[in-house]
Amino acid sequence: MKTIEQETVLLKGLADNDTEAIETIYRDNFTVIKAFIIKNNGYSDDALDVFQEAMIVLFEKAKSGSFTLSCQLQTYLYSICRRLWLKKLQKQNRFNPSIETIEEIVPVDEEIEYHEKKNNDFLFMESALQKIGEPCKSLLEAFYLEKKSMPEIANSFGYTNADNAKTQKYKCLVRLKKIFFAQYKNKD
Amino acid sequence: MEDNLLFDAIERYRNGQMDEKEKLFFEELKKNNPEIDQVVAEHSFFLAELERMSEQKELRHNLKVVENKLINEGVISGSEGKTKARVIYLWNRYRRTISVAAAIACVVSLSTATFISKYSENKKEAVITPLVDHKLNQFEYKLNEIEHKLNDAATTVPVRPKFKADFRATGFLVDGKGYLITNAHVVENAKNLIVENKKGDQFYAEQVYSNSVTDLAILKITDTSFNKVTGLPYTFTKTGAELAEPIFTLGYPREEVVYGEGYLSAQSGYYGDTTSYQISISANPGNSGGPVIDKNGEVIGIISSKETNADGVVFAIKSKNIYDALKEVKKDKDITIKMPTVNTLKGLDRVRQIKKLEDFVYKVKGN
Repeated sequence: MKTIEQETVLLKGLADNDTEAIETIYRDNFTVIKAFIIKNNGYSDDALDVFQEAMIVLFEKAKSGSFTLSCQLQTYLYSICRRLWLKKLQKQNRFNPSIETIEEIVPVDEEIEYHEKKNNDFLFMESALQKIGEPCKSLLEAFYLEKKSMPEIANSFGYTNADNAKTQKYKCLVRLKKIFFAQYKNKD
Repeated sequence: MEDNLLFDAIERYRNGQMDEKEKLFFEELKKNNPEIDQVVAEHSFFLAELERMSEQKELRHNLKVVENKLINEGVISGSEGKTKARVIYLWNRYRRTISVAAAIACVVSLSTATFISKYSENKKEAVITPLVDHKLNQFEYKLNEIEHKLNDAATTVPVRPKFKADFRATGFLVDGKGYLITNAHVVENAKNLIVENKKGDQFYAEQVYSNSVTDLAILKITDTSFNKVTGLPYTFTKTGAELAEPIFTLGYPREEVVYGEGYLSAQSGYYGDTTSYQISISANPGNSGGPVIDKNGEVIGIISSKETNADGVVFAIKSKNIYDALKEVKKDKDITIKMPTVNTLKGLDRVRQIKKLEDFVYKVKGN
């Protein structure tokens, strides 16, 4: 068991996308989750999937800054995985009402709901980026995600000057936003 | 172009790149101008979403890296044991379906779902008009022969197995060491097998695994002239695919490689067979054993058969079965086949995906 300070450091590491922190969390918690899933109609592959999703939920939480652990990290992760797995079973009509709970759990419905909504947005953005095609995709990624400067981008994409690249970027951006918001507004 | 300037301003404002004076001016502008305020809110939200996506992508990547590392170290196990429990579970779950399916199967017996491999030994010759196909075959064979003669004359290619193949199907590499996936019905009863890549290099191959229940077979290229290839661009999904997902395939319904695209039409195959999907794609004799790939370059299945009496109803074995097959090969023959773990097709347009892919899809021939 880790102290609260250690767990806070781990969460901070996770928020910074640090693989060492991720590895520690895996090492400390995966076995328990796997045991739970296998006991409840699942296989180890399901455990990997569920754990991965729980890590994304935790990541979002850790990132939000306002999050402080009110219980052991393991209890929290366990609760999330349990909820995610129940949902999955229900979806596949494999729901087993006598689902076994060996550990204490904390309420996590809000987190899961938020995660599902955000996960949709993630998929919208991903598919919108796919849809605008090249070179728009790379151009926007270079500017907004890799934070490259316009002269750099003009150079590597072969535009004559930075202004030219900027115009291109603007056109691509408008297209991307159009596709993204069209999907986003359609979902309701 | 006004929007362009506004976006630019919003981005600089968001990134804290404005000086005090400009910032005040911008805030004033927002306050007095609800339209602009709305654009600012919308654009900021959009940028936040874009950044969030990139962070999450990185996280997902890191999670996979850690997962693979720990699986390799044996700290956590990907998929182990449990097969027994799983079979019992599946049996209980599908007992009713199985009995119903068995009853139906008895009634319909041989009428439908013929395999798409051209001319397998126990061919029922139900789908294809034999005469035409046979002619085609002879014609193609002659063409081939001429082509080979020409090639042989031009270059000094060392070995070229020479025999008259009487069936042709598709297979694709699962490990650059020379392991290919294809259908069991393609290779069953075959005495000799050769595989041929896009360039026309032919190699002798032999079966290392064949399971007529899942209809999966694994071939190993035994030819010494075969050099290990690297950079398999696709990965194999374990999780499954969604209804209506766009998919595509490469295969050899002709002597030349043929591209086809379609979509996932049902989560189960022939009479509710849950180990396969129903897909809608144009598939012809020879497409058997071809990969079914989603837009991200993940192999979701292997084309196996099509329904004779219906149009565009094709079945594909789910790629999850490949994982099981590899485990059995490991257990029975102690051969470790390593699946590719890095996907380099993701995010490319289709033409470039195919360019990368076509070197790894082989023609499987034999007699």
